[in-house]
Amino acid sequence: MKKQIVFKCLKAGFIGLVLLLLYAPILLLAVYSFIGTDIIGKAGAFSWEHYEKLFGDPVILGMIGNTLLLALLAALLSTVLGTVGALGMFYCKKRVKAIVHGVSQIPVINAEIVTALALAVTFVTVGIGKSYFTMLVGHLVICTPFVVLSVIPKLKQMDNSLYEAALDLGASPLKALFTVVLPQIVPGVISGFMLAVTLSLDDYIVTVYTRPNGFETISTYVFNATMRGNAHTAETLSSFWALTTIIFVVIVLVVVISNLTNLRKKEAKR
Amino acid sequence: MNTTLLIFLLVLLAALLIGIALLAYRLVKGRMPRFSRKSLCIPYAVFLVFFVIIPMLVIFFYAFTDREMHFSFGNFVKFFSDPTKLSTIAYSIVIALITTVVCLLIAFPVAYILARSKMKKKYVVLMLFVLPMWINFVLRINAIRELFNWMGLLGETNYFNTVFGMVYDFLPFMILPLYTTIMKIDNSLYEASCDLGANGFVTFTRITLPLSVPGIMSGVTMVFLPSMTNYVVSDMLGNSMVTIIGKFIYEYFGSDWHMGSMVALVLLVVVFVSTWLTGGFQSDENVRGANL
Repeated sequence: MKKQIVFKCLKAGFIGLVLLLLYAPILLLAVYSFIGTDIIGKAGAFSWEHYEKLFGDPVILGMIGNTLLLALLAALLSTVLGTVGALGMFYCKKRVKAIVHGVSQIPVINAEIVTALALAVTFVTVGIGKSYFTMLVGHLVICTPFVVLSVIPKLKQMDNSLYEAALDLGASPLKALFTVVLPQIVPGVISGFMLAVTLSLDDYIVTVYTRPNGFETISTYVFNATMRGNAHTAETLSSFWALTTIIFVVIVLVVVISNLTNLRKKEAKR
Repeated sequence: MNTTLLIFLLVLLAALLIGIALLAYRLVKGRMPRFSRKSLCIPYAVFLVFFVIIPMLVIFFYAFTDREMHFSFGNFVKFFSDPTKLSTIAYSIVIALITTVVCLLIAFPVAYILARSKMKKKYVVLMLFVLPMWINFVLRINAIRELFNWMGLLGETNYFNTVFGMVYDFLPFMILPLYTTIMKIDNSLYEASCDLGANGFVTFTRITLPLSVPGIMSGVTMVFLPSMTNYVVSDMLGNSMVTIIGKFIYEYFGSDWHMGSMVALVLLVVVFVSTWLTGGFQSDENVRGANL
């Protein structure tokens, strides 16, 4: 019995240790985002100065806006493209399905940098150059296959006889698709959308290769600021502490709220 | 750049193309096409041809041509005969291997403990492991950079820092597939093993380990490749002293597209061979934790 308790403690200790390592950097920044010093480790009094700096800098606010807008656009477009594509693939012949699915997997398994280089080189060679459009396409290339991957399982679980029934009852194929098939795959579409948002928000490499001149997202801006540290950006380093903290809090809130609503839904079903 | 105008133009162009296609169909067949569910595949297929297949062919083209656009094996020969390049690639592979092994050594116990635990709310703990992944990854790496800077490690232990950053970044990719596969192992197998007199160690090596191989495989493919190419981590934490394959491509992108494409092509081959060896990419529902 005693051995088991020791074992349990060891397990909990291991999990705790790994979690501590995972959260240490984030918590360090979170703590220092409220302390009035520019150097971590230095003592200081409580202050909102980093948050004031963050919200008072139009350049930083601009790049945050850029990131969010791009993620939203990329997620919306890739969700439509991916859902429609997954639907079409599902009804295609086995061979066609296998080919489209195989090609769709390429950006998923490929190194992001190869995808990015290929796109950038192609755009410039063809003469399109780089613009917001090419960057959006880059994001679509990395997001859409994941939308397809999250819609396909829902299509497989779907009851196909419902569609047939709708046709027998006189619905047109298009109407049946919208009123019968689509509602059944909504959970997959939503998780695909969420996945696309996170992928686009997180992206650095594809953005760097395909963006128009002077366009900055959080990833590119923070990378440049820490690596090159020019006069404007070096000062703003400490405002990233505030930014990291805000993003972390938002994510925790989203996760907690979505779990609570899920629980409530489950209880309501009972 | 006026985004709205651009999107408007794109929609217009798409509408125009569809209109022309319909008209052509009408002229040839004499009737409007009937809606078929299969045709929904067309936009995505066209998209894939233009933005996945053609770019890969362009890379292929650049890799096997010289600056005058003549066919040549020059890049290939140059790439495989440059000792500094080859040693950097060996380095890069070693770093990726260490990262993958460390990830596996941390992730397996975590996934195993969580999957076998009888705790009611264990998904909350699992969520805690995935949560940091949703913070922008450059900000996350920046946080580690600040931590290392505070501890005095930045610029001192470049290789350790790089590997730490990669493990930190890719750990969830290893934990999630492992957790799903270990969860799927039938509990009665453990009971049978116990009834037949096997001890914990034998049960682990004969049941848990073999049955979690698919999870290990997909975890390894999700960690190994990014840790060979993600130069953001090695630049920010390794003080730009650690060069990995991804950095090569970045440097060539500024100077020599032909060599850059060659490196990319080599990576592409590595990807396909490793995918083929591990028996294809497991399209786990839990990929990147979307369904948590």
